[in-house]
Amino acid sequence: MSYVNTIIQGLLLGGLYALYAAGLSLIFGVMRLVNLAHGDFIVLAAYVILALSSFTFLPPVVAFMIAAPFLFALGWALQKYILNRTVQSNLLVPLLVTFGLQIIVQNGLLEAFSADSVRIQLGPIETASITIAGISMGVMPLLTFLAALVVIGGLNALFYRTKLGRRLRATSDSPVFAQIVGINPRNIFAIAMGISFVVIAVAGFFMGARANFDPSVGPARLLFAFEAVVIGGLGSLWGTLGGGIILGVAQELGATISPQYQVLAGHLVFLLIILVRPNGLFSKQ
Amino acid sequence: MSDTHLDTSAAKKAFRSGTDGYSVAVGTRTFRIAMVVFALLIIGLIAAPAFVGRSQIRDMMQIMLLIGLAQCWNLLAGYGGLISVGQQAFVGLGAYFMFYCIIYVGMDPLVAVLAATVGGAIISVPIGLLTFRMQGAYFAVMTWVVAEVFRILASIYPGLGGGTGTGLPRSATSEMFGIEATATLFDMRSSTSREVVIYWAMLLAMLVVVIGAYYMLRSSRGLALMAIKDDEVAAESVGVDITRSKFIVYVFAGAGAALFGALYHLQKGTIDPNSAFSVIDWTAYVIFIVVIGGLGTIMGPIVGAIVFVLLETFLADFGPWYLMFLGALAIVMMLFAPQGLWGIFTERTGIELFPTRRRLLRDGKERP
Repeated sequence: MSYVNTIIQGLLLGGLYALYAAGLSLIFGVMRLVNLAHGDFIVLAAYVILALSSFTFLPPVVAFMIAAPFLFALGWALQKYILNRTVQSNLLVPLLVTFGLQIIVQNGLLEAFSADSVRIQLGPIETASITIAGISMGVMPLLTFLAALVVIGGLNALFYRTKLGRRLRATSDSPVFAQIVGINPRNIFAIAMGISFVVIAVAGFFMGARANFDPSVGPARLLFAFEAVVIGGLGSLWGTLGGGIILGVAQELGATISPQYQVLAGHLVFLLIILVRPNGLFSKQ
Repeated sequence: MSDTHLDTSAAKKAFRSGTDGYSVAVGTRTFRIAMVVFALLIIGLIAAPAFVGRSQIRDMMQIMLLIGLAQCWNLLAGYGGLISVGQQAFVGLGAYFMFYCIIYVGMDPLVAVLAATVGGAIISVPIGLLTFRMQGAYFAVMTWVVAEVFRILASIYPGLGGGTGTGLPRSATSEMFGIEATATLFDMRSSTSREVVIYWAMLLAMLVVVIGAYYMLRSSRGLALMAIKDDEVAAESVGVDITRSKFIVYVFAGAGAALFGALYHLQKGTIDPNSAFSVIDWTAYVIFIVVIGGLGTIMGPIVGAIVFVLLETFLADFGPWYLMFLGALAIVMMLFAPQGLWGIFTERTGIELFPTRRRLLRDGKERP
């Protein structure tokens, strides 16, 4: 029974990792960019939500709703004015530019908010739990998992059911051909980054509400996100959810040995999967 | 060995003798003059402990450390096309391996540094086999994941202090090879002479890495690497074994990072997982140095390291602002001057101190 419990907790944790990963997966899918600052932007989003709610005394959920469009704009502008300059060049330029962004965001947060760890306070819901068939589940982890389902379902609907989605897919297939049929790939890239930042806002909200964070935790979120994307297989959003779940379960199982083994177990399972299936588990290839 | 046909002696002879009036040259006159200057500079650096103070010796050690690490990364990214953000894995492993050899095997520290370098080369093979399964940006993040794994393992391993780290026993470093002789030579205290010995070791390590990198690039392997850099598909079509060439660079860079990690921590005398496997210290700074100095040249990392240490000396007091400035500078350089400071200098003046390009000469003269 305890293993069932561990696996359920890992599955729920996987929801959080899927949220970290969804934005990264989206960006990679549309423009083959790995944003090394992704984790730091999640932390930035958490700080923005926290600061907004503490300045305005609005509940964090409302602060999130206010912050989301601003983060969309930030992502849009980032792509439009900085990252679009790198799309023509080789691999090195976008990687190093996002690596530089990572240092800027991390140290900017350190300067603005200090190294003290903080948390988005949600009140009694944080500790609430429900028990189903003898297994106790936290309400927040359940909500996180639900959010992951909504985000990934939403992104899929956006991709396959809307006009914008058709443009995103066309640009993903070939920016050159997309241009021939009247799509400006650079605008599409900027919109995709904006959407990625809205997902980052959701991820930041749940990260900040579930555990303490400080400016230095971004890179670890990037690695979890990356692992979930690669385990799931590139280009598959539901695969990313599966990847997040596998990572979450691996970490929870590792944590039963000792807390030190939690993150290590996740990394090792990831490396093992790369060894066996470099294209990921749910890849379409 | 079938990478290129230039290395067969018959072909070389044909080129050298220039039967049809054509020949191939790499060196330039500036290079030959520069070599004389460098030789004098090296003699000066060897003799430096006799006439400069302890803090200057430390500053020079830092510059040499950064030049060595930056040169390794330059070779990886600038020539091998391998963008690693996980070189801290080798820095940390080299350092930990050296500590282990000193404390548990009882090796002389300098022998332990050598052992750590060999260890770095050996461990880079299985790590490379794993990370090479991914390409491009995915390779980059993979190297980081691997570095994190080693950081966590180091913090779990109790033998060297776990998460809090440990220090070298006094006896191990005070009886180090060469300390007594140096102390007598310069008439100094043994704690100072310890630093001088490490300084010389660092100087030697830097020279080995810089000269080693240069000769590798001038060899047929270097020709293969430059072909890969220009166009991977075209290189493969003329028989360059891409993976093999990249792998050799990866092992070289891994051994180099382990060497400098070991030397740095020998000087420091203490070790802990978070600083030995720090992505900021051993990868971010190193990348900034290469980007600022100029990727894909031997001089770039040298210029970058000197500029970096100057910036640090004047701006480090600004803390996070300084780091934000560095990040922004690297982005601006990458977007608007990807050839770096040395690249700009070469463009303006035509001076190449460590030429690696092969030029076709006609009747011994440069062609217009």
